[in-house]
Order: sequence, then C-alpha cells, then structure tokens
Amino acid sequence: MSLLRRRKNSEPGKGSSESSEATFLDEASIKEKDRGRVEKSQRKEQAKNKKWSCVDSCCWSVGWICSIWWFLLFFYNAMPASIPQYVTEAITGPLPDPPGVKLQKEGLKAKHPVVFIPGIVTGGLELWEGHQCAEGLFRKRLWGGNFGEVYKRPLCWVEHMSLDNVTGLDPPGIRVRPVSGLVAADYFAPGYFVWAVLIANLARIGYEGKTMYMAAYDWRISFQNTEVRDLTLSRMKSNIELMVATNGGNKVIVIPHSMGALYFLHFMKWVEAPSPMGGGGGSDWCSKHVKAVMNIGAPFLGVPKAVSGLFSAEAKDIAVARAIAPAVLDKDVFGLQTLQHVMRMTRTWDTTMSMIPKGGDTIWGDIDWSPEDDYDCSINKQKNNDTHTGDQNGKGFKGGVDLVRKKVHYGRIISFGKDVAKMHSSKIERMDFRGAIKGNNLANTSCQDVWTEYHDMGIEGIKAVADYKVFTTGSILDLLNYVAPKMMKRGDAHFSHGISDNLDDPKYAHYKYWSNPLETKLPNAPEMEIFSLYGVGIPTERAYIYKSTPATDCYIPFQIDTSADGGYKESCLKGGVYSVDGDETVPALSAGFMSAKGELRAVPIYNTLIGDLVS
Amino acid sequence: MGSILRFRKLCYAKRLNIQSYESKKFDKKNDGIVSSSEAVMEELKKRKLRKQPQGWRCIDSCCWAIGHLCTAWWLLLFFYHILPTNLPGLQVPESPGQKLRREGQTALHPVVLVPGIVTGGLELWEGRPCAEGLFRKRLWGGSFAEIFKRPICWLEHLSLDNETGLDPPGIRIRAVPGLVAADYFAPGYFVWAILIENLAKIGYEEKNMYMAAYDWRLSFQNAEIRDKSLSRLKSKIELMYETNGYKKVVVVPHSMGVIYFLHFLKWVESPPPFGGGGGPGWCAKHIKAVMNIGPTFLGVPKTVSNILSSEAKDVAFLRSMAPGVFDSEILRLQTLEHVMRVFRTWDSVISLLPKGGETIWGNLDWSPEDHCGCDFANIKASGTNSSDFKTNNSDAKCSFQLKERVKYGRIISFGKIAAELPSSQLPTLSFKEFLLKKKANSFCGEVWTEYDELSRESIREVADNKAYTAETLLNLIRHLAPKMMQRAEDHFSHGIANDLDDPKYAHYKYWSNPLETKLPNAPDMEIYCLYGVGIPTERSYIYKISPSDRCKSIPYRIDGSADGTHNGCLKNGVYFVDGDESVPVISAGFMCAKAWRGKTRFNPSGMATFNREYHHKPPSSLLEGRGLESGAHVDIMGNVGLIEDVLRVAAGATGEELGGDRIHSDVVRMSDRINLRLVSLLVTIGDVISLLVIISGAGEQGRVCHPLTNGSGSRHHLAMTSNAAVARC
Repeated sequence: MSLLRRRKNSEPGKGSSESSEATFLDEASIKEKDRGRVEKSQRKEQAKNKKWSCVDSCCWSVGWICSIWWFLLFFYNAMPASIPQYVTEAITGPLPDPPGVKLQKEGLKAKHPVVFIPGIVTGGLELWEGHQCAEGLFRKRLWGGNFGEVYKRPLCWVEHMSLDNVTGLDPPGIRVRPVSGLVAADYFAPGYFVWAVLIANLARIGYEGKTMYMAAYDWRISFQNTEVRDLTLSRMKSNIELMVATNGGNKVIVIPHSMGALYFLHFMKWVEAPSPMGGGGGSDWCSKHVKAVMNIGAPFLGVPKAVSGLFSAEAKDIAVARAIAPAVLDKDVFGLQTLQHVMRMTRTWDTTMSMIPKGGDTIWGDIDWSPEDDYDCSINKQKNNDTHTGDQNGKGFKGGVDLVRKKVHYGRIISFGKDVAKMHSSKIERMDFRGAIKGNNLANTSCQDVWTEYHDMGIEGIKAVADYKVFTTGSILDLLNYVAPKMMKRGDAHFSHGISDNLDDPKYAHYKYWSNPLETKLPNAPEMEIFSLYGVGIPTERAYIYKSTPATDCYIPFQIDTSADGGYKESCLKGGVYSVDGDETVPALSAGFMSAKGELRAVPIYNTLIGDLVS
Repeated sequence: MGSILRFRKLCYAKRLNIQSYESKKFDKKNDGIVSSSEAVMEELKKRKLRKQPQGWRCIDSCCWAIGHLCTAWWLLLFFYHILPTNLPGLQVPESPGQKLRREGQTALHPVVLVPGIVTGGLELWEGRPCAEGLFRKRLWGGSFAEIFKRPICWLEHLSLDNETGLDPPGIRIRAVPGLVAADYFAPGYFVWAILIENLAKIGYEEKNMYMAAYDWRLSFQNAEIRDKSLSRLKSKIELMYETNGYKKVVVVPHSMGVIYFLHFLKWVESPPPFGGGGGPGWCAKHIKAVMNIGPTFLGVPKTVSNILSSEAKDVAFLRSMAPGVFDSEILRLQTLEHVMRVFRTWDSVISLLPKGGETIWGNLDWSPEDHCGCDFANIKASGTNSSDFKTNNSDAKCSFQLKERVKYGRIISFGKIAAELPSSQLPTLSFKEFLLKKKANSFCGEVWTEYDELSRESIREVADNKAYTAETLLNLIRHLAPKMMQRAEDHFSHGIANDLDDPKYAHYKYWSNPLETKLPNAPDMEIYCLYGVGIPTERSYIYKISPSDRCKSIPYRIDGSADGTHNGCLKNGVYFVDGDESVPVISAGFMCAKAWRGKTRFNPSGMATFNREYHHKPPSSLLEGRGLESGAHVDIMGNVGLIEDVLRVAAGATGEELGGDRIHSDVVRMSDRINLRLVSLLVTIGDVISLLVIISGAGEQGRVCHPLTNGSGSRHHLAMTSNAAVARC
C-alpha cells in the first residue's frame, strides 16, 4: 500500500510539468518564470526517472503478466462450459456420443450394481499417522493427487511410503491407508483419469453412489494382509452383500483393473473359504452375488516388467515414481542415490511380487522356445487390417519377413549381453549361481544410509549372477531368491508362481495360492461370466538384456543394456528390451491366456464348472 | 519475459513519436506565440528526446502496482511454505488425542459419526444443461463457487420436488460419501475434522470409523427409500461390530443427526418393509453409547422464523454466505423469495419445528424458562461437575428474579405489545375464521412461494391473531404453507404421545420425535447429551407485516426495531434464552435430564442418560481460531472437553467414569417445571386405583405402595404424578 501512495505522490510532479507546458505556449511573457518551472519539473522528473530502475521494470512486467493471466482466467471461467465442445465440433464435425449417452438413448438403465477394483499404483494413499517430518499431512494424500510432498520432503516421503522390511506391514509409528470411496482412483493425478470416465458414463445410465462401489485397498501390501490390517476384504464382502440386498437382489458386476484382477481372484477364494483365514461366505457365495467379472488388462500370469522392476528398479510402470521425476532419479545427482531409495521402497511392497511371471517355462517359454516366437514386431504398423487369430496361430503369411529375421528367444527373460540373447542354447556356457558364495558385505563401505540387499551380495555374488548368462521364467525366481532373499521370503508367504498338478491337493487351501490362476479353481458358479478385456497393438516389454554396472559399491550392480538394439527398423529389440504385442504393460499372453485357453479349450481341470465363458 | 520487455520499449518509442508530432502541430497553430518561446520549446523537445519520455499512463502504473502486489504475495507465500510447520516460539497446547494417547488409551469401540443439517456435502450426479461440467462436483459444501457463477441454476438443482419431496425429474443430487462428506464444510471451516484427527491419534482409522453421510434435505425415511442410507448405516455398524472383535459401536450424532439416528434406532428394529428388520435386540447388541452433540431433540425455534420469512441466521447459511446479495430486490433478483422457495422443498426442515407443543415450550402465559434473567452469558462457569443432580440448586444461577416474566411461550407475536399483554386481553385464536380466500391469479413472475396464494386479508387476519404458541404455530404454518406441511407431515410429527403402546406409533413419522417413541430395549446402552451453554439463543420472535404491498414479497418479517428492557432478553425483535446459539437448552437437555432419566415410559428399559454441558468461552486469541472451549453449535466440535469425553467413551469408559453429569445451566429447574407425564398410562391408572383404595381405607397401605413404586421405576417421578398417594406412603 505504501508503495502505491508513494507512486501517487510522484504523480503531481508530472501533472505540473504538463500544465507548465501549456501555460508556456499561451503566454510568452512569463517565459522566464516558466523556464524556472520547467527546470523544476525537469529536476523532478529526473529524480523520478532515477527511480525507474530494473526493479520497477520487473514489477511492471510481472504486473502485466499477472493481469493478462487473470483476464484469461476470468474469461475462461466466464465462458459457458459448452464452448470447447462447439469449437471441436465446428472443426471435426459432430462428435460421436459417449457410450453412456448412446446407451441412455437406447433405453438402458442401471440394473446390476457395479464394483470397481483398482490396480497397483493407481489408488490414492493417505497419511493417518506419521513421524515428525510429516506433520500437517494428516489425511492428505501421499500417493496420488499432485505428489507435492515428493518434491518438498523426498526422504520423509520415501520413509512413509515404505513398509516394514520383515513383516510387510506398517513400520512402527506410521499409518498410511488407502483413500476410500470413488475418489480413491477416479483420477490418479489432476487431469490423469483412471476410472473417472467409466464412472461418468455409468452415471449417465443411472448409476450413483448406492449402486457403485470402489473397493479401494492398499496396493502395497499383500492381498491377505489388506484383510489382516484394514479388513478390506470383509468390507468388500459386506458392501457387495448390501448392494445385492438393497437393489432388488440383482447380482453385482465386478470390474477389476490390472492387479485388481488378481486381487479379486484372491477375494473369490477368500470369501468362500471358512474363517478365520477366509470370509466364511459358504461355497455358493460367488454364484449368489456375482454376475460377471470383467477384467480390464488383467496380468493373470504376471508381467515381465515386474522382474526388471524388482531386479534393478528400472521398469516404467511399477516405478512410477521415476516417471514423475526423471531428472531427480538420474543416478547420483546431488549424491542422493535416488534409484537405490526407490528400489528399497518398492522392495518393501509385497504386491510387486504378485506380478512376477507365473507358470514358469510352460507359459513363458524356455531357453529355446516361447509362445510368441513368431510374433511380428512391426505389428503396430499394420492398420488392424486382419484378424489377429490368423497370425497368432503362426501359419505365417508373414513368412517372408520371418526369413529375414531370426527367431527371438522371448523365453530368456533376462540375458546378460545381446549376443547371449541371440545365441543358440547349446552354445551358451552357464555357471550355476545358486550355490555361489556371497562375498564380503559391501555395505560397510561408504554407501550412506541407503540400504539394498545388493550390499549383502558382494562382488562374487554379483559375478555369479552375471555368469549364469540367461534366465528363463523358471530360474527368475531363483535369481530373485538369490539377490533379494529377505524380500522373497516375505513374498513367498503370500504369493506362489507355479502351476499346480493336482488342484485338489489340500495344500492349495492356503491363501498364498489364491491369487495365482494356475493354482486355484474358480468358484462353483456356473452362471457367472468372466471377461478379459485388454488392449493390443502396443509394443510391450517382454524380455531384457542386462549388463553389470561398472561397479562402484553403491550402485545397483545390474542395469538394462540400453545400447542393445536390434539393428534394423522393425526389430523387437529396442533399448535393451524385447517387446511383444500387448497393452504397453501386460503382454497379451498374460491378459488373455486364462480366458482364451486355460478355461475354454485345453486344460479341463481349470474349467471345472464354469459354463458359458465369453472372451 | 524478454519479449515483454521489448514490447514495453516499443511502447515508449511509439509514444515518443506521437508526442513530438503533436507538439509540432501545436507549433503551427500558435505560430505567433510560439515563436517567442521557440527556444524553450526546443529545449523541451531536446529534453524529451534525451531522456525517458513521461511514458507513465494509468495502465502502466496499474501494471506496476499489480506487479508489486503479486511479487509480494508470492514472496509471502514462498516464505509461508518454507516455514517449518511448528514454529519454536509457538507452543501448541496438547490436543486431547495426544493426552489420552499418553495415558495409554487406544481405539476400542468403533465410532460412527452422523452429521447434521447443512454441514454435509452434496454433489451432482445428473443435472440440467446449465450445470454441465459439474458432474460429481460439490454443489453444497466446499467453495460454493457455483452460487456466484450461476445462482439460478444452482437453486434449481438444490430444490426438491414440491409434491414428492424427492428429486425433481432429470436432477440427481447425492450426499458425498465418506469422511470427506463433513470434515470441512468450507475450506478452513471445520466441522468434524478436529474430532477425526483426535480419534486418529488414539488409533482410529477408516476400518473403525464411519461417517454416516446422508442427504439432509430429505425426510429420514426418504433417505432410505432413495439412497438406502439407513440400510447402509445398519450394514456398516454390523460389519464394524463383527470385524472389530465384537465391540459395540459408539455413535456420535450432531445437531439434526441426533433425530436422524433416533429414527434409525426405531427403523432398525422394526420389521420390513418400513423397517430394517434387525429384530428387537439389535440396538442392545450393537450399540454401546449414543453421544448426541448439540441435540435438537425437541426442535429449534429458529426453524419457525426460517419457514415464515427465511430470516434466521444458522439454518439459512445461504444468507450469511452472501449477505449483500440477499437483500431483497437488489438487482430485482428476489433472492429471499428464491431461497424460501428452495428451503420449503426440504422436508427435513420440518423435523426441526418445536415438538411437544405447549407442554414443553410454554403457553401464552407460562414457559419453562421464564423464571430468571437473561444475562446467562455472564454466569461463571462454576464447574459444578456435580453428580448431585437432584440437589443442584439452580437458583444461584439466576442472577436475579424478574418482576415481569418474559412470555417465551409466545413463539411468534405480532407486535411488541402482543408479546407482553396478559393472555386474557389477547384475541382468541381460531383458524376456522380463516376462510380460504385465495388470491386471484396475480402471479407476477416465476418466483413462486405459497404466500402468493394467500390474499392480503388473510395475511392480515393472521397477524390480527397476535400471538402463537408452539401448538397454534403449527396451525399457522399449515395455513400459510399448506402444501409443504401436507408433504412433510407424512414424515414428521410434533406432538406428545398419550399412550405409547398405541399401534399407530408404529408408523415411521413418529420415529424421530422423542416424545412419541420409546427408546429401544437396551438397558446397557448409554445416552449422552453434550451441548454448549452460555450463548444467547433465539427462542421467540416479534413479527410485523412487511410494509410494502408489492406482489411476491414475503408478507411478514421480524420487527427489528423491537428492543426490550428485559435485561437484554429482547433484542432486535428476538427473545433469547440460554443455549448454544442455535438450540435452546430445553431442547438439547430436557430428554436426557428428565424424560429419559431412569425408567420412564419413553425409556422403558431404563438406560442411563448423562447431561454434559460445556460453558462457552470465546476464543482468547486469534491463534485459537474458533476457540478451544467454544460452546457454539458447530464450533463445539472443536471443544477440547467434548473431544476428550468422546474419546474416553470410545476407548471404553462409561458415563460414570467420565464423572456423570456436568451441568452449568438451569436445565434441571426448567425440566422440573415442565409437567410431562413420565410413567405409562397403565401405571397411572394403577395409581388412581390404589389412591381410591387408600382413600377408602380398604387396603393395607404398605402392600399397595411398594409394588407401585417399583413398577414405575422411580419414586421421584411417581411423586410428581400422584403426590397424594406417595404422601400417604
């Protein structure tokens, strides 16, 4: 305010100078006097102009920008909401109706209640109890939203997002809990929708809070632990029962996304299992309450990406933390060892282990063979002009291209070196690492407080791993067991990755098998329908080429060898990663196999009673 | 940035040219004069060219000033964010949650929070074209930005259907679910947030805490029919009970949530289709305590003025949000009429009309509060944490007796004189005189209130009847707003039951009236009444007819000029009593202090009740915000004493362990002055018979008296109903 006043004071000076000009022109006789006045005003102006310095011009331009910004904001807000639509319609012609409006016109009405199950990373997490450094964040989102705290107090944030390394539950004094309700996962970050569009379309045909339920859960902890700690499964059961009861007995439709599909698989076993381990709903609970499960992008058989995520914290999706702040994560910028922090954090999350490829070599291929062998990597360039079934059957009308190219060994999920990845299996010399002795503890050296299990391995251990050269899905588990024994020990208590020989074996009543579709039976519910909805046509990570880092102690000792490229344009290998068809995260094999084969055609034991499946 | 600076330079250059050009033109025009002054001009021009021109225009200085402001603002913001959250100098007092945690108290019983009227958020699920882009945005609660942007649209969406009391076609507004529904009403204005934070400190989280949000505009039964709110509440309570080691829940309703939960208690044990089918033992099995905060058991007088002229402070939050805009006829918007129209479509408002008629609220001459003065705000919080409830001598609290008693019973009086006349001189009331003289169709616009259908004479006749008590008031409102009352009285009732066993009381419209329902059969359950005292609270009004004869105006308004000498009881046309600013003590405390105390006909299983009063202390400094010891209706949610009580009960304490009653106000004496029959009709008949027996001298006195006193539960209450009989004993 005082600034303003000062500014005003200087105004009269200017005014008088102008008036002096006028008088002066009219009456020449008082020239002398005027001259004096002009001098005076001149002096004043000089004084003023001295004040007009850099700071002032800065202020001026800031003010200019501010006012323009406000004006724009004002106009934007004053603008009727429909204008953008008019504009786009004027340019591109009338837009097609969103599905909700279309179906509303067709007369569809809400009938079955809907349950959403979000996947990994998309659900918001909020703080309920924290350490000193997180003061003032009570019930604020730590995950999801704008991630403001990542920048403000990164170490504090990492500390609160991590779980206990031994139990896989909360560290003492910290309670981070899932956000509940539809807001949990409608938008991941402002403007980045997850469920919001689906919700809006459902609302068009009459859905609302009483017929929609977002089964938000803490996606960091293992499925059974969500029940132990948060009673999430019980709440889901109770909510489904309530919705069925209050909506005229119409069964629910469940829509899990990504890891949510595994979570719901776990739920279906849990709810029918007797308490205390299960929900005690009785053997016909699912057939009574669930009409259909519509899995969106379900990683039923795991995601290869999870391997690289666990192995070197380098995949894209699981370590979203990286994508958010890529610059900060570059190694050793500021000496922060960000990647190690991220690795330590993600390794405390049990659920990442639920995404490790399941079914071993049978599903994912061995050293020489893989189900996608003849996949054509230029597929995303063909404009969906053919039915995919044709080329998946491998009766190659793309044979011509195949001649040029050698078969890709997708089965070798991790290979050390590009040449190893391409070599014929008989030529690879492998040293078994399983018995290798781990070397001296490296952590004693100057690695500050960042601790990853790699420090326990020592140089010999690292070398032993690299010497094994090629890892298939089957040996990946051994590898992870070797490099991260504590994590795997924790994870093995909750997840299993095999294929069952005999599903009636009583050991399969344990909850750790419930989220593996190859080791559980679907519930006895002949009228239930299971859909697998997934995107295709995007190159999806499938296998990796690794190298050992030129080791100094504190690095993560393995890295994807980004220099490994296929050498020709349509190669499957890019930046050290072999890709296949999928939805960018989940290979079509993992998303579609259970519906396409596991339950429909080949193996009858998985298909005990389910009648009509639609895929 | 750079380009802008360049642009600025360009501006200067341009200005310079223009100015010099202009001065040249000037030169030619005044040639003669100028010639003599040419030297000076030349000098002037030179000067102009040499230096910065006087390029200061208004816009420039504006920009300059805005720039300064912006920069300063950013700097401040930046420093504010840099600032550590707890400054070393500021010692934050220990919160109740921390204190109890230090004592080792942890979460034991699951907690259910039931918000009251207006505090819960409402969001849009389906709307008209004018509300495009607001899907799942809050229309109520939050920033209220839409009021200013599209007020008519906003009002249209918030009103309900006038006939059904449900959604108008094409509009779906739903309650926001979850804790966010009512933690903050508007940014920075907490409702439940502080209580939630303290509960979290002793270990509560979402698995054992539930906010039973509901659409507070609907009648309670409609909330079940449309949104299944009651079923969801039931299912949630059952779930929390089962998953938390079979610990019963503690329910914390606030304001109107109190009678909503009362409704729930009856609903859940009633058989379907009207009830929840939980069976007679449901409450006893699932509920440990109900801790009513600021309960509106017997209604709020403020509602009356709201309905008559939409003029009260609290319930019409709308007004306080934008006081300027709501002055009638500004911009010809008729805001007040719009508000009234919307307000009258909300059924739940009717649930807050005073209940219990003249027995509770007083008649033309008498009222329970009329025996002492009005400067209760000065009564010292003498902290009588006394368990000696009966002997509590409340005379000390009346600073002095009045010569002439205030006639609070006349809730509405037309003119100050009518408020003070002895009843014999008042004209008698009879609504039969009011013929249905409907005004001819003199509709003057789209704003429609039911007043438009009344003729001027009819309006005047109403005013001629001068004074209305709680009972005749209902007739008045029925007369003035027949459709609203017809709709709402299917859902709410305001009387006192004569015989609670009458089968008609199984209807849901009685469930939210504590005087017409029995409490459930749950002897171990506890009921708390926690409320603030020491703030003047609206109790009765002096009205006048609005001066203008315009069409479409609200014909009555509070006579703001009526000020009294009654030691401040009357101010601006409103009589005040003790209370929490919204709810008078009698409505908040009477049920716990008397009608439910012990085994009465309203409380057949004799569950324990406790009155806990919190004397209002205004915040001592700005740092305290809305006060740590406030007693005001909403601010009490941040009262440390109250929070501690709630936390202790949630952690397992009983009412006795809290210290029983805690009374500052005059509630005991007021309650004693209310003559309400507390034993059931059956017992009273028994009394009469035994009285006859005693009088006739045929019976043995001892044997007659003893079963009697046992049967009615409390010797004290019996004494009031049949003094004579007990005197004989």
